[in-house]
Amino acid sequence: MNPQGGPPAAAPGEWQPRIAAIFCNWCTYTAADLAGVSRLKYAPNVRILRVMCSGRVDPQFILKALAEGADGVLIGGCHPGDCHYVEGNYKMLRRFRLLRRMLADLGIEDGRVRLEWISASEGDKVRTVVNDMVEKVRALGPLRLPERLKAWDREIGSEEVKSHG
Amino acid sequence: MADKPKVAFYWCASCGGCEEAVVDLAEDLLGVVEAVDIVFWPVAMDFKRKDVEALPDGSVLAALLNGAIRTSEQEEMAHLLRRKSRVLVAFGACAHLGGIPGLANQFSREQILKFVYEEAPTVVNPGRARPAPEHRVEGHGLTLPRFREGVRSLDQVVQVDYYIPGCPPTPKIVKAAVGALLTGQVPPRGATLAPDIALCDECPRKDSKPADLAFTEFRRPHKAALDPQKCLLAQGFLCMGPSTRGGCEALCIRGNMPCTGCFGPTSRVRDQGAKMLSSLASNVGAKDEAEIDRVLAGIPDPVGTFYRYGLPRSLLRRKAGTTPSGAP
Repeated sequence: MNPQGGPPAAAPGEWQPRIAAIFCNWCTYTAADLAGVSRLKYAPNVRILRVMCSGRVDPQFILKALAEGADGVLIGGCHPGDCHYVEGNYKMLRRFRLLRRMLADLGIEDGRVRLEWISASEGDKVRTVVNDMVEKVRALGPLRLPERLKAWDREIGSEEVKSHG
Repeated sequence: MADKPKVAFYWCASCGGCEEAVVDLAEDLLGVVEAVDIVFWPVAMDFKRKDVEALPDGSVLAALLNGAIRTSEQEEMAHLLRRKSRVLVAFGACAHLGGIPGLANQFSREQILKFVYEEAPTVVNPGRARPAPEHRVEGHGLTLPRFREGVRSLDQVVQVDYYIPGCPPTPKIVKAAVGALLTGQVPPRGATLAPDIALCDECPRKDSKPADLAFTEFRRPHKAALDPQKCLLAQGFLCMGPSTRGGCEALCIRGNMPCTGCFGPTSRVRDQGAKMLSSLASNVGAKDEAEIDRVLAGIPDPVGTFYRYGLPRSLLRRKAGTTPSGAP
């Protein structure tokens, strides 16, 4: 699939990657808006969540998305030096560098979690990045963490006991 | 005797340190023994499983269970004690979060058995014999508990009423918790019986923690001298204090060693490891990727560091792809 082109085609009934995209309000979300008003077509596999800054992205959000059924997580922030809050994107970059190592150790393939800098004027980059990520995650296949954990719970003959906390 | 409240202690996948923690109550233990009727405590007293089975359901005031759950026998005992007790307490880091044994969730059952019975340097086992759940010898049947695919915290097996954190829980925490249970002055069910604020709050070195840590390197305690006064993070040592529940009175830090996180997260954090990773990495000083990676290389084992006591209770619970049933 050519990432510069339109949305990747999928056969009906075929498994579709589900990607949680967490975009910062000032750059990448605005770029996604621009992609929309410019009528750029990209893969419909991303669910975009808006946060004020990529620095707000707690690694817990990423793990929770994966644990609850996302096949990948895309984080979008302002280019280095352009953060609306001066330093937020650097904080995200540092977390990402360590998180990707930890995720590899936990059996989550490189490429399922991705960080991109996309400025408000780069609507076309939203399309390119989303299409490219969807194709890469499609090649990796489904992550299926909720199903895997449920299957593991059945080992002891009961679904996970509901805990209070 | 009969009218005293009944209390049971049990251990599952644990090291015995939690049993020590009970003994560490020292002379205060005598007060506890005065006030309660201990109906089960395998490490110290000669009661059998059938004695517990003979008790009416719900007749035990509180069962304090330590250790993670790895085998079918531990599951059975957890269910039995749950049924017999009005209050089930996860005692210590292993029952609370999975603990050190929970680090085994980075490996499959097969990897563990293969290493332990075939590959470990101290093993001679040419027949590659492995323990079997059932075996017959000269007409006699022998059984062993089943070894599960992974390690679970107690609340992933049965419902838990309270958590007493720590590896092991400190005498002060245990005494307060036992007192609360005996007087019925307990918080809502599901609570962790310790302060709900990060360890830094009670750390004696709190004042020397700078607002901006700006890490330029991470140092490891076995390779560098630790200043006994200054905040360990400010010295570049990885201290889990910011993402760990307080209540231990910063014992490790008073011993000039960094916190390793055994009290688990506060109630506002779901995943202690992710939160600590976040706090620590955000505070690296560098801005370019290569320099950030160089600084973070000072943390060689993120999983073992950030989830030292809590991998089974984390959001991901285990390494993906390590269970046959969960293979894609």
